[in-house]
Amino acid sequence: MTSDSPALAVRGLAKRFERPAVDGLDLVVRAGEFYALVGPNGAGKTTTLRMVAGLLRPDAGEIAIFGIDALREPIAAKQMMAWVSDEPMIYDKLTPLEYLEFVAGLWGIDPAASGEAARELLVSLGLEGHLHERCEGFSKGMRQKVALAGALIHDPRLIILDEPLTGLDAVSARHVKGLLAERVRRGGTVIMTTHILEVAERMADRIGVIAAGRVLAEGTLAELRQQNGRTDTSLEELFIALVDVEPAA
Amino acid sequence: MTRTATLAWFARHELRLAWREWLSMITAGRRRRTRVAIIGLLLFGAIMHLPAWVVVGRYADLRPPLDKTALIVITATIMLSWALMLSQAIESVTRVFYARADLDLIMSSPVRLAEIFSVRIAAIALSVTSMALLLATPFVDILLIEGGLRWLAVFVVVAAVGLTAAAIAIAITIVLFRLIGPARTRLVAQILAAVIGAGFVIVLQIAAIVSYGTLSRFAVLTSDAAAAIAPDPDSLIWLPARAALGDGQALLILLATGLLLLGVVMLLFAPRFADTAISAAAQGVSSRAGAHVRAFRGGSRQQALRRKEFMLLRRDPWLISQTLMQLLYLVPPALLLWRSYSDSSQAVILITPVIVMAAGQLAGGLAWLTISGEDAPELVATAPLTAGRAMRAKIEVVLITIAVIFAPLVLALAWIAPAQAMVTATAVLIATVSSTAIQLWFRIQARRSQFRRRQTSSRLATFAEAFSSIGWAATAALTLALPEGAVICGLMTAALLFAAWKLSPPRT
Repeated sequence: MTSDSPALAVRGLAKRFERPAVDGLDLVVRAGEFYALVGPNGAGKTTTLRMVAGLLRPDAGEIAIFGIDALREPIAAKQMMAWVSDEPMIYDKLTPLEYLEFVAGLWGIDPAASGEAARELLVSLGLEGHLHERCEGFSKGMRQKVALAGALIHDPRLIILDEPLTGLDAVSARHVKGLLAERVRRGGTVIMTTHILEVAERMADRIGVIAAGRVLAEGTLAELRQQNGRTDTSLEELFIALVDVEPAA
Repeated sequence: MTRTATLAWFARHELRLAWREWLSMITAGRRRRTRVAIIGLLLFGAIMHLPAWVVVGRYADLRPPLDKTALIVITATIMLSWALMLSQAIESVTRVFYARADLDLIMSSPVRLAEIFSVRIAAIALSVTSMALLLATPFVDILLIEGGLRWLAVFVVVAAVGLTAAAIAIAITIVLFRLIGPARTRLVAQILAAVIGAGFVIVLQIAAIVSYGTLSRFAVLTSDAAAAIAPDPDSLIWLPARAALGDGQALLILLATGLLLLGVVMLLFAPRFADTAISAAAQGVSSRAGAHVRAFRGGSRQQALRRKEFMLLRRDPWLISQTLMQLLYLVPPALLLWRSYSDSSQAVILITPVIVMAAGQLAGGLAWLTISGEDAPELVATAPLTAGRAMRAKIEVVLITIAVIFAPLVLALAWIAPAQAMVTATAVLIATVSSTAIQLWFRIQARRSQFRRRQTSSRLATFAEAFSSIGWAATAALTLALPEGAVICGLMTAALLFAAWKLSPPRT
């Protein structure tokens, strides 16, 4: 691992189910960057990120997290990252504090520090009134916030989020976006898939457009415009032009 | 649509849902399996006629007037069926209340809720009764073949008993909601269902042990003492028994009582059904305001996993009720143990298979909950610990729990029969490891709330787990009574485990 290693370096990544889901994908995300991965349904976004998080074994390719080979040294790679899926998976019978205590324990965080950090984190997410309630009665937004708090409690250098804003109300979505932006400001790296192109446009330092398991285009919004010879156009129009999808009438 | 047509339509809808639910349960949600499942069920029903013949064949020639002993045995059997149906009905009603499902749709529709929920109450009663009729069929068939058509009356008795059980279950559950609130009702109702289901058999066994030093409940029922204190044969207490024997008047009274009770429950509780279901569906905010703030605990990653598993197990209402039921079933053998201590009876050997069987079954349930029932699999999979270590921590939870539950019994046994305690402890360990291994080989990713349906996901695993527990229980008993037989039985059980392992899905 070197200090100038990218947060994520993926080379020739491939995964096939009934058809190729990810097809020789190359991707580099720099440390301290907010990277948005966008693409149509079935483009391979989630499969790619699940392989990076260690949830799926690739058929071919290499994955490095801050210079560490994630396929050969998965434990060391996992120690530095957190995964948040679109469907928050938390335990109904645990309270948010108990959940965070469990996550902190899994990542081997010093309990003296994590206890206080957990409370602060939950309060910052607007859950101060629910610290001692079991999660079984929580709304989707509250569950997503608990899952996000779980991802942040061990202070990961890289956070990977798959559609984290799906099903959230405006206030909750704003909370989550604020927290992620703050994370990047403090030097963390965030990789996020999203269908909400305005979010990618507004928040991401760089955007990767993916289709049929390959990265079609990548860069800042300005770079994407330049690559496609369209100035002053929105990400939505660029996206449609890139993936060749006609807008719905 | 007229009100009657609406109700008929809704009744049809409820029955269709109940049928599909049942079909999905026996086919594990795979429609292609329907034909295989139905053939399997028919085959199972046909095979069940054999034990049915052993149990009731000798009673087929019974004709009124009966003596008190026969009346006691028949009435006790009907009471036992009623207790089991009541237990099943409480469980069904609780499930209906806690599943939000179509509640919003019904509540927002322009129909009279009291009437609609009356239909739903009737549907619950019908499903409980249908299941009881289905289970009773092999026994009634034997009575019909051996004793003639007059035994058709047993079907009516089962239906009447089912209606009564369903009515009382609905009343109990709604009253519980009112008294202790929705948050506690689920746990209390499940414990109640377990206690009622097991209670009747256990009380009879305890009476048999205290009076006659045997686990056989028939010893009490057929005793002279029971006949001496029983009411005269023309007492109303024997009404269900007389109805089962084909007494038309008794049959009518019994059926009318069941229907009347259900009608009263529908009248009284249907208007409150909606409120109760809404509060049940909305529950879950188990507010613990003022809960003490404690520091996070340290330890290894595996310790964190074990702590989480123990906490979830402690908070699992199903597991608590099942464990309680297993422990209740251990009360009679424990009592037998205590009696044997005072009179050095050989009957104490009986306790070993009971303990081993209970340990194997409980371990299977625990292993499913910890291994397959992981609600946050991606969190555990993305944590910095190997899959092997995570699995080992989960298996340790099963072993520790079984040890905590069964160690006191084995220690008590060691006090009076050290060699038997040694055999029991070894068999408990083997049965526990076997059940856990089966759950490991057949593991699937599921939510803990799907526990009730775990049997449907792999019938092979279910049968392997049951036969493994039975096999090790028999091996342990034979080790104490007939060691040569134990070797054969042990080898057969090991072969069964090997076959289960070979047939388990491949893992990469």
